[in-house]
Amino acid sequence: MERVVQVEGLRKVFDAGVVAVDGISFRVSRGEIVGLLGPNGAGKTTTLHILLGLITPTSGSVRIFGTDPFSRQRGSILERINFTSPYVSLPYSLTLRENLRVFAGLYNIRDAEEKIDELLNMFGLSDIGDEPVRRLSSGQITRLGLAKALLNEPELLFLDEPTASLDPLMAERTRRLLIDINRSRGMTILYTSHNMKEMEELCHRIIFLNKGRIIAEGSPQEILERYGEEELERLFLRIAEEGGQ
Amino acid sequence: MSLNRILAYTMRHIYLYKRSLPRLMEVFYWPLLDLLVWGFISVYLSTYRGALPEFVTFFIGALILWDILFRSQQGITVSFLEDMWSRNLVNIFVSPLSVAEYVCSLLLISLVKLLLASTVMVSIAYLLYRFNIFSLGFHLVPFVANLIVMGWAVGIITTAIIMRFGQEAEILAWGVAFLFQPVSAVFYPVSVLPPWIKTVAFFVPSSHVFEGMRAVVSGKGFSVEEFFAALILNIVYIVLAVVFFAWNFRVVKQKGLLVKIGE
Repeated sequence: MERVVQVEGLRKVFDAGVVAVDGISFRVSRGEIVGLLGPNGAGKTTTLHILLGLITPTSGSVRIFGTDPFSRQRGSILERINFTSPYVSLPYSLTLRENLRVFAGLYNIRDAEEKIDELLNMFGLSDIGDEPVRRLSSGQITRLGLAKALLNEPELLFLDEPTASLDPLMAERTRRLLIDINRSRGMTILYTSHNMKEMEELCHRIIFLNKGRIIAEGSPQEILERYGEEELERLFLRIAEEGGQ
Repeated sequence: MSLNRILAYTMRHIYLYKRSLPRLMEVFYWPLLDLLVWGFISVYLSTYRGALPEFVTFFIGALILWDILFRSQQGITVSFLEDMWSRNLVNIFVSPLSVAEYVCSLLLISLVKLLLASTVMVSIAYLLYRFNIFSLGFHLVPFVANLIVMGWAVGIITTAIIMRFGQEAEILAWGVAFLFQPVSAVFYPVSVLPPWIKTVAFFVPSSHVFEGMRAVVSGKGFSVEEFFAALILNIVYIVLAVVFFAWNFRVVKQKGLLVKIGE
């Protein structure tokens, strides 16, 4: 199966000597949904940012679609991926449509208006498409972020806690939607979340990180069996409390 | 380099100004106030016997030209700040927009804002003081072009510094251009400056522009020397500014600061 993401010996040490990522290696194949799991400071978000080319690694190599995201070919990778996180936002003064139009232009989307209508409809935002983002609830902003992330029909989607501010119904709809898109289009998804049930439900494979290292990798079931736990949440608490020992 | 992407990012700022009256006001507010206060002061002073000939022309012309430099710097820096404030920078930098395209968009946005502000200033100057900036004739083009490029160079460097040091450096967006005002000889000739400041002024492109403007207004004609001095300095500074921005962008990514800007 085609490797979409290949990470070898990835290490990131920040200025103060803080080791955020400590020599991790993993691969993600086309069509997989892979979850990065771990307590705060485990290195999930730093790993995600390195893969997106926003942070330069100290050592190790990263390949996205076989290409180094820090090389001159970065642009060709970025056209095929997308990202959303509740920690980034879209300009508050612009309407939902205006925001999506701007990104449609950046991703060079054909039939942009049609695509925007489709996405607004998909995320239940059609009625407020001409409202400025500042009038939206946090859940609606999260959905707008997801709509932006799907504009270019990415082959690889990076999601950082995508359902963090959604109510249970919308979170469930979003999970269903991601599963549908993954199945119908073969979209690869690399995912971080603190919602363990979501991870179990959504991910084909989980990479469990702690203190910058991979401490477990496999399907949710495999990981639970290995640690003799019944739920990821209990395993997460155990690992976080034991400090990964 | 994709023109589509450059225009798309430029549209982000046009939408913003279209929807935000306070922002639109900001484009006109300070230049208008400057023009009103200093314009009337210069009209008043020019009524005194012994006042310099063409006093109003010197002063108002200088005000308008200085604003061109200031606005072209701000057009770049404030556009960056807008994305920093709205936590949109990560979205921008994970899109296919390259750093070169991003910088080109900032330059274009700066031109649009400059055009708006200058149109208002030039019209008000004509309506209130019968001052016609176009009386400088064709010479206006090289003056304005040099000031815009210097504003861009300062704007690009300022943006890079804000990118590196975050919100703490935000104040530079409003203050940095004024650092160059005393040595730019905007309202007085370089000859009144102390010798060591004259040396500094020689390396500031805007000082050559304002000297050139004074020469035209006082009927000495267009100074080719001043024009080329400003042009050569500007070429050097804009290249250095772009190199500094690209280097700084790499450092910011190494330090993991790009994802933290605005926090």
